[in-house]
Amino acid sequence: MTFQNAAALARPELILVVAALALLVWGAFQGRVTALFTLAAVASLIAAAGAAVIGPQGRAFSGGLIVDSGAIFAKVVIYLTSAVAIPLGERWFARRGMGRFEYPILILLAALGMGMMVSAGDLISLYVSIELQSLALYILAAFHKDNEKSSEAGLKYFVLGALSSGILLYGASLVYGFAGSTRFEVIAAAMSHNAGLGALFGLVFVISGIAFKVSAAPFHMWTPDVYEGAPTPVVGFFAGAPKLAAMVLLARVLSQGFGDSVDKWRQILILMALLSVAVGAFAGLAQSNLKRLWAYSSIAGIGYALIGLAAGGVVGIQAMLINMTLYVVDVTGFFACLAALSRNGKPMETLADFAGLARERPALGLAMTVFSLSALGIPPMSGLWGKYYVFEAALKAGLAPVAVAALVGSVVAAFYYLRLIKVMWFDPSPGATDAPPAEASAVAYAAALFGFPVVLFALMALDPLAHTAAVALSLH
Amino acid sequence: MTGILSLTTYLPLVGVAAILALRLLAGQDEARANAGARWIALATTLATLALSVLLVASFDRSQTGFQFTEDAAWFSGLHYHMGVDGISVLFVLLTAFLMPICVLASWRSINKRVIEYMIAFLVLESLVIGVFCALDLLVFYLFFEGQLIPMFLIIGVWGGKNRVYAAFKFFLYTLLGSVLMLAAILAMISIAHTSSIPELMTYHFATGTQTWLWLAFFASFAVKMPMWPVHTWLPDAHVEAPTAGSVILAGILLKMGGYGFMRFSLPMFPSASLEFTPLIFALSVIAIVYTSLVAFRQTDMKKLIAYSSVAHMGFVTLGIFSGNLQGEQGALFQMLSHGVISGALFLCVGIVYDRMHTREIAFYGGLVNRMPWYAAVFMLFTMGNVGLPGTSGFVGEILTLTGTYGAATWPAIIASSGVILSAVYALSLYRRVVFGQMTNPALATIGDMDSREILIFAPLIIATLVLGFQPGLVFNLTNASTIHLVDAFRAATGR
Repeated sequence: MTFQNAAALARPELILVVAALALLVWGAFQGRVTALFTLAAVASLIAAAGAAVIGPQGRAFSGGLIVDSGAIFAKVVIYLTSAVAIPLGERWFARRGMGRFEYPILILLAALGMGMMVSAGDLISLYVSIELQSLALYILAAFHKDNEKSSEAGLKYFVLGALSSGILLYGASLVYGFAGSTRFEVIAAAMSHNAGLGALFGLVFVISGIAFKVSAAPFHMWTPDVYEGAPTPVVGFFAGAPKLAAMVLLARVLSQGFGDSVDKWRQILILMALLSVAVGAFAGLAQSNLKRLWAYSSIAGIGYALIGLAAGGVVGIQAMLINMTLYVVDVTGFFACLAALSRNGKPMETLADFAGLARERPALGLAMTVFSLSALGIPPMSGLWGKYYVFEAALKAGLAPVAVAALVGSVVAAFYYLRLIKVMWFDPSPGATDAPPAEASAVAYAAALFGFPVVLFALMALDPLAHTAAVALSLH
Repeated sequence: MTGILSLTTYLPLVGVAAILALRLLAGQDEARANAGARWIALATTLATLALSVLLVASFDRSQTGFQFTEDAAWFSGLHYHMGVDGISVLFVLLTAFLMPICVLASWRSINKRVIEYMIAFLVLESLVIGVFCALDLLVFYLFFEGQLIPMFLIIGVWGGKNRVYAAFKFFLYTLLGSVLMLAAILAMISIAHTSSIPELMTYHFATGTQTWLWLAFFASFAVKMPMWPVHTWLPDAHVEAPTAGSVILAGILLKMGGYGFMRFSLPMFPSASLEFTPLIFALSVIAIVYTSLVAFRQTDMKKLIAYSSVAHMGFVTLGIFSGNLQGEQGALFQMLSHGVISGALFLCVGIVYDRMHTREIAFYGGLVNRMPWYAAVFMLFTMGNVGLPGTSGFVGEILTLTGTYGAATWPAIIASSGVILSAVYALSLYRRVVFGQMTNPALATIGDMDSREILIFAPLIIATLVLGFQPGLVFNLTNASTIHLVDAFRAATGR
């Protein structure tokens, strides 16, 4: 493995590092954000996505970096959603007089961390990459620094995130101690004949740490508070791509590091999945703030993805990938809607604020309806297809009762999605909303159009791509 | 003729696009946009009707299989597979027939958010036709479940006082049923490794599996039908929905339950169907007797007709699960006839509701003095509802009862009492609303039907009488497919 080979494999990461550092210098000298600055940040993400697609596959840095179809698939989704988040958030902050050049750079660093997460091949790179993206996200959550709630969100996210990192690190050290290596393939070889109790103990800690990052119950407590407090476009960003990254990482750890202990970790995933679906469905009923509501909705969504992962194998991982990809588009679109809407300069966040939206702003109302129905899994919206793949995988793995229980959970959740639709369509509007900004509505419309009808065609391409990715991720 | 099914299914969506384009062009002039939306919706539904008539005309009645099939590979082993047989082509025609009537019935009575209303109806038409044409399980599910959205909005936005409650009840009841059906659909695909409905109709599921699958499908179709005791969403939904919404609900959406039983339960799970026939018979007989009695006690006209729908659907489920030719043909005919008659009855309620804005039976009385045309039309459809020979209602009832008698004696005998009970509630409704002295001074100026309203009823009157005197027109169409269905069911169950 020459340096050139390693550099070629890490090209997307190198592009992002160089871009982030260069932009930091540029921003420090210029002191304010210009269109060109934002454009450069977006361009570097798109370049990184392009480099990932055309770049070579293989392993580098003693197996610490794995570039396979699974990593490439996830990186493309991550980089592109990050690219969308930059103009969305930048304009949002600029309109509120909080435009700072650090925002695009933090997104770049988070994207870099996520890209490394999906490529991580040993416990060290796993930990370093998770920390890189988490630190960027902690700052982003508190980016609205004059706002009490935003600061609270940042602090809460940081303290609980640090705790979960500690748990993760402790688990990783146990696994290392019992397996004698940090590399997944060596761990797998050590675990293949007899997975000791100590290493499994460590695995449980590792899973718990990652479960915190994807906000799966019972590690979800931070989610509603952080979503409510953090700036809306930032929430749209960290509710999407980071969760996909963490799920892909979890898939890789479990199948490449602990593939032979599937019976041991499957029960943990099933428990978390069902808990997440239940918490998402029941706790969501009591929410009147839409950001909190969507926090619970995303907890339930992660529950479905975890069922796919629990089913395991190529089919299960493919289901998880498709489910998460469709979810990322939906959640990006939903928070773009929220970012686009305000009344008399005040952001619209409670259910009551959305009364009569379908009459007031038909296009945005329709887009939000699509996202709600999609999260509920009503055909032909994209959310149904995520569930379709997950439940198909669950049936193939003999987890039919789990699938049925989760489906029934979605009927409970139906109530709060319907309440949102009811408020938007049936209730009279309390007053005119402000004209929605172009970039946020454009993202919302694009995501809604993807939710229906584009998804019906996009899946014809997504299905084989996710399949190839899943084959690569499940190899061990 | 390949492609005609997709064309019929998606033509209403072209109308949607046209309405949206018009909205953009009309700018601030809302009155013009509304008028345009009405005309576009009418033109689109009429064009769809023309296409479906063409479809029926070129349908080969001697074939038992699916015709006009379209099949294209989709993703994950699914196919975009469409086709109709003698059973489903009938429902396509019924849908396309009722839709222009719904648009006309909403012409004046819907004044707010006309554009959205017409779009919701066109989307609904597209989805409903899709349900009857789909030959892939997942595609069927897409259409079947997708129609919850426009119907939820129709009830919730344009409904009456209690519309929110009714819309939620409708959505959640139906969703719980169809979620279980989705689980069964996925299970079938993973067991049989195909999602093609024609292939699944000849696939033999193990007996134990059949029981579970049958129950899951039953959960969905029983809510949709609706069967006692999961019928309680229907009266609420009917009462709150606008007139045209009630027509569509009673006329078409309920039929998807019966269609589902004939398309899925009987051919795919024959031994489970046989096993559960006593359950179905029991529920149907309870529905017929109990809801007829409940209907008699109603004070709201729409609620009365809604309960009578539940009772009439009891005859349909009896017929379907009798497993013989008379039963199946009768059930099909009953569904078609009920679609026309109950639709017309809801329109009759709509006529006086538009004038007086109340559906209280006690409010009315002696309408014959001021509204002779109305009295005559209402009389005809009341008789149809009762099942008077010469109207389409009679043929369906007599055939389903004959079929049921062939399968089980007692259910048929008890169900026959429903014929008398239906006369009790329907005639008493008619007497209280139309006959007698006009005592309510508010009615003194009520006007008879105008030409638009007569135009709406004309096709319904013709359909009721033609079907009543010439039921063979329908049986010609459905014969081959129904015989095939019954033969396959008998062969599979060994009866």
